[in-house]
Amino acid sequence: MAAFRPFSSLLVGGNTRQLLAKRGAAHFNFQPSDAPKEYGDVRQKMNLCQAVNNAMDIAMDTDPSAVLFGEDVAFGGVFRCSIGLKDKYGADRVFNTPLCEQGIAGFGIGLAVAGSTAIAEIQFGDYIFPAYDQLVNEAAKYRYRSGGLFECGKLTVRATWGAVGHGALYHSQCPEANFTHTPGVKVVIPRGPTQAKGLLLSCIRDDNPTIFFEPKILYRLAAEEVPVGDFMIPLSKAETVRKGKDVTIVSWGTQVHVCLEAAQLAQEKLGVSAEVIDLQTIQPWDEDHVVESVKRTGRLIVSHEAPKTSGFGAEIAATIQDRCFLHLESPVNRSCGWDTPFPHVYEPFYLPTVWRVFDSIKKTVKY
Amino acid sequence: MLSVLSKGFKPAANSTVAAATTVTSTRLASTNDVNFTVQSYKLHKLDNGPKTSVTLNRTDALDFYRKMQVIRRMESAAGNLYKEKKIRGFCHLYSGQEACAVGMKAAMTEGDAVITAYRCHGWTYLLGSTTTQILAELTGRIAGNVYGKGGSMHMYEKNFYGGNGIVGAQQPLGAGVAFAMKYRNQKNVCLTLYGDGAANQGQLFEATNMAKLWGLPVIFICENNGFGMGTPIERASASTDYYTRGDYVPGIWVDGMDILAVREALRWSKEYCDAGKGPLMLEMATYRYHGHSMSDPGTSYRTRDEIQNVRKTRDPITGFKDRVVTSGLVTEDELKEIDKDVRKEVEEAVKIATTDGVLPPEALYADIYANTATQEIRGATIDETVKQPFKTTTEVLKSIGRL
Ligand SMILES: Cc1ncc(C[n+]2csc(CCOP(=O)(O)OP(=O)(O)O)c2C)c(N)n1
Ligand SMILES: [Mg+2]
Repeated sequence: MAAFRPFSSLLVGGNTRQLLAKRGAAHFNFQPSDAPKEYGDVRQKMNLCQAVNNAMDIAMDTDPSAVLFGEDVAFGGVFRCSIGLKDKYGADRVFNTPLCEQGIAGFGIGLAVAGSTAIAEIQFGDYIFPAYDQLVNEAAKYRYRSGGLFECGKLTVRATWGAVGHGALYHSQCPEANFTHTPGVKVVIPRGPTQAKGLLLSCIRDDNPTIFFEPKILYRLAAEEVPVGDFMIPLSKAETVRKGKDVTIVSWGTQVHVCLEAAQLAQEKLGVSAEVIDLQTIQPWDEDHVVESVKRTGRLIVSHEAPKTSGFGAEIAATIQDRCFLHLESPVNRSCGWDTPFPHVYEPFYLPTVWRVFDSIKKTVKY
Repeated sequence: MLSVLSKGFKPAANSTVAAATTVTSTRLASTNDVNFTVQSYKLHKLDNGPKTSVTLNRTDALDFYRKMQVIRRMESAAGNLYKEKKIRGFCHLYSGQEACAVGMKAAMTEGDAVITAYRCHGWTYLLGSTTTQILAELTGRIAGNVYGKGGSMHMYEKNFYGGNGIVGAQQPLGAGVAFAMKYRNQKNVCLTLYGDGAANQGQLFEATNMAKLWGLPVIFICENNGFGMGTPIERASASTDYYTRGDYVPGIWVDGMDILAVREALRWSKEYCDAGKGPLMLEMATYRYHGHSMSDPGTSYRTRDEIQNVRKTRDPITGFKDRVVTSGLVTEDELKEIDKDVRKEVEEAVKIATTDGVLPPEALYADIYANTATQEIRGATIDETVKQPFKTTTEVLKSIGRL
């Protein structure tokens, strides 16, 4: 298997080319989830893009102050998440902005502090950096610096996120950790359509500014039966998506599916029972949920697509060694993107693939 | 120079295209050069501007035609490679805008610099890369302009500070490059290019302020192709007179579909900056034929008719061809010969771009820092973990005998 070859033997010949030729295929298999009963019985097959659309539709329908804006969103946005909403709610509620992320974010903060529900789209997570100042210095600190008199909790910033197979440096990044270092904003990332809908509705209705990152590779690729009604998945609550007893794996977004596959592989090849937790809200995160699991398994792997150094995995590892020190059977392992810019032709090598997570499981249980 | 007259005057056969500009031309008996009148410029805070009467010689006519055709062909080849999935990811074509880059390049002098956004293939070619280097960069191969590490949006050349993927990011950089020029007493300018969409990024206003404050030899150039992705300019810009949007920075509107107008505008602007009067802000009115990038068919926010109409009436290449042939400066046969050559050149480039190797995966780690300790690199098994063998792309290239 090409993916098993050592790095150094992957010189320029056929192997690299074979592997690179495959870069069109996704590096994981999407695992659909079955929403709990309380979210509603009536369901409809939706992909993640449609689920986001559906959530915004409900948000706008139930809240006449809600407006949606961003680059090209009136036409549906480049990923078509807002398709049909302008026709339904009018051009004064769903509108295009000029190309100016700092302006979009700042404008959204203004709208929100004046009482509107503001849903801003930043086309790619990679383009959120021009808006970084507004989000970090204004949105996150409005409540604190005014002693609670002013706040922009009605702001939700949606941005696409993560690898797609060929996005290269500026269409692939996962900037969640840049924002988790900022108290005052919440950061949320769904793993599938059901979570996208339920969590986005929570973000829109939460009284804090939230950043909702949408794994864009899942927009079309991930489809499942989603409850059609109005339901919310609580923020700051993790979900155990696979039960296990030997090792806990914490992840979010696309990477949850990679970890589920690795866990299955570990079961089959190593007889190891791995528990997989989808963190869902990255900040403020569900510490107790992870702590409870690690206390049972004694081992933890954190896996994210973003580079390892100063990734949110570091925060989880630090907290777990603090709260679970005497329960740990092995060091907390981080199976993450490498500390490189997101590469152009080397995406298959950059990503923490199933094999890398599998290797981490092996290392952790054999420690 | 060969005598145009001795070549015999042959009117353009079945040419239906009329250049948008006035096609009046006068042959200058003494030099065999031809005088053309170009559409007038619009000026902002300037008392005088570039000339509307410009001269073109035979060598330049052939050269400009060739360069515009190379870019057009190369971009078509890129489009095809994309459809064949040999280019992945993001790929923005320059087709329709050739007169802007080729015209500006014609007025540039040694040491002038350029920085632009992601629509950079044409510029990379003009500043020295071969079509092979560009197409191979698109396919991510070693023969690429940056060995496959950058891809479509990130190409570089001497005095070409790149291809930038973040819209608006290059604008202040251009001011910085110009400051360095001024500091070194260079008689040079930095052409800082951006789109009509990028014109709305706040960074432009920060950059123009610095440039004016410090009198920098920077020419801000808005290539207004009518759209920022799917958004027509009127829907995104409160003022679509992009040449006036530098406020206190004087500006010039230029017909960007006419290479001669572009060349003259840049020649004049360079002179202006050389006299220490910079910065300036130019707007090139142009058009993009393809969608924004390859994932955009480009027909949902404009009609096919609109595109066809521009192709018919304002195409920078057909318009130019018509004028130089009609005026007798060159013959249709000479241009056909060029077309043949160009086709061959691009075909050969495609061959290399689709067959050359990919840089070894070790390059993933190369060139992140200039001087850090080598990192551990995990192999497929724990025992195969190695120390990073190369720290720079150059070392990787040497190891495989490609440098
Ligand atoms: C900061 C940032 N925001 C958004 C994008 C996505 N994007 C890429 S190009 C583009 C439109 C730019 O239009 P324009 O400046 O007119 O240039 P053109 O494509 O017409 O050459 C957008 C919105 C980006 N690359 N960077
Ligand atoms: Mg444009």
